[in-house]
Amino acid sequence: MPDPIPADPPPPPAADTAVAPAAAGRQPARRANRLFLVAGLFVAFVLAAFVSGFASSSPDGLEKVAEDKGFLEQGRDHAFSDWPIADYAVSGIGNERLAGGLAGVIGVTITFAVGGALVFAVTRLRRRRHPART
Amino acid sequence: MHIPDGFIDAPTSAAFGVVAAAGVGYAVRRASAEAEDQVVPLAGLCAAFVFAGQMLNFPVALGTSGHLIGGTLAAVLVGPWLGAIAIAVVLLVQALFADGGLTALGLNITNMAVIGALGGYLLFRLALRLLPARLPSVPVAAGIAAFVTVPLAAAGFVAEFALGGTVDLPLGGVLGSMVGVHALIGVGEAVITAATVSLVIATRPDLVYGARHLVRQAPLEIRPSAVRAPSTAGQPADG
Repeated sequence: MPDPIPADPPPPPAADTAVAPAAAGRQPARRANRLFLVAGLFVAFVLAAFVSGFASSSPDGLEKVAEDKGFLEQGRDHAFSDWPIADYAVSGIGNERLAGGLAGVIGVTITFAVGGALVFAVTRLRRRRHPART
Repeated sequence: MHIPDGFIDAPTSAAFGVVAAAGVGYAVRRASAEAEDQVVPLAGLCAAFVFAGQMLNFPVALGTSGHLIGGTLAAVLVGPWLGAIAIAVVLLVQALFADGGLTALGLNITNMAVIGALGGYLLFRLALRLLPARLPSVPVAAGIAAFVTVPLAAAGFVAEFALGGTVDLPLGGVLGSMVGVHALIGVGEAVITAATVSLVIATRPDLVYGARHLVRQAPLEIRPSAVRAPSTAGQPADG
């Protein structure tokens, strides 16, 4: 969840001594956190968009065991198997790598948004329960 | 590792839905008590990274592949409670991609978020206790824990299969095959987990939950402005 404050606010003027020292000291830390976040998301997008094209398409451990032991056919089609992003491929795109890479970008975006929103809600929960600790 | 619909019968799937809900609910409670505001984007990033990591199947043996679970990784980076929530979010989003059955969501959350993240963090702390109390021990302990969680999660599947498998099979054989192949996948899990944790420790050790107790002292040193405080006036300057 990106900070609501616009990126890189100008540093507070030196004369502004009314600012609590702790809050002033947190400014560079916040910028470093944002840099880390952007770099981390960049890596996640590169992995999902490009590196995923080189992933092995062999059955995974569970599928392989299910196949060997003869219970693979017990598996039913997924309820969402007709969805346009089913099986990590955006439907309607002929190029397999492009379809998969795009699905990866969509997935990373949704996961970041949902994960961030949920954790944001969890921290609010704390604030409501322990208002003194904000 | 994602169980599809149909492998495990409905009553067992529902029971593990309750187990998963209880596990995630408890994680939410604990996370809300300790989470600071600045971890919000980090937990989101962690979930996004695990989603990407789970797309990268690597070959392990003849015609078999495996991918990151990321439970231990998430738990070491953002803590066991937020880590378990992050993995649950990943599994939820993966349903949109028709990966892991909807009725099997509770089974998958139990195996990957509860065993993977919460169990992984427990194993991480145990491993850390056996290693010297230094920062480089953190990725090693994370790798060891990550390795163990994969066959452990596979054993979780076998337990669920024993309770409600839709086919009658000799369980010993299923257990042997599942644990065997997932021990190989665990090697990949260990390498990815240790590499990622050591990369984050090299750049921002203060952000690694599992390394907090080893970097606590550092932020106290970089406060040159604090020397101006009146209470320290009588102290000798350190140059």
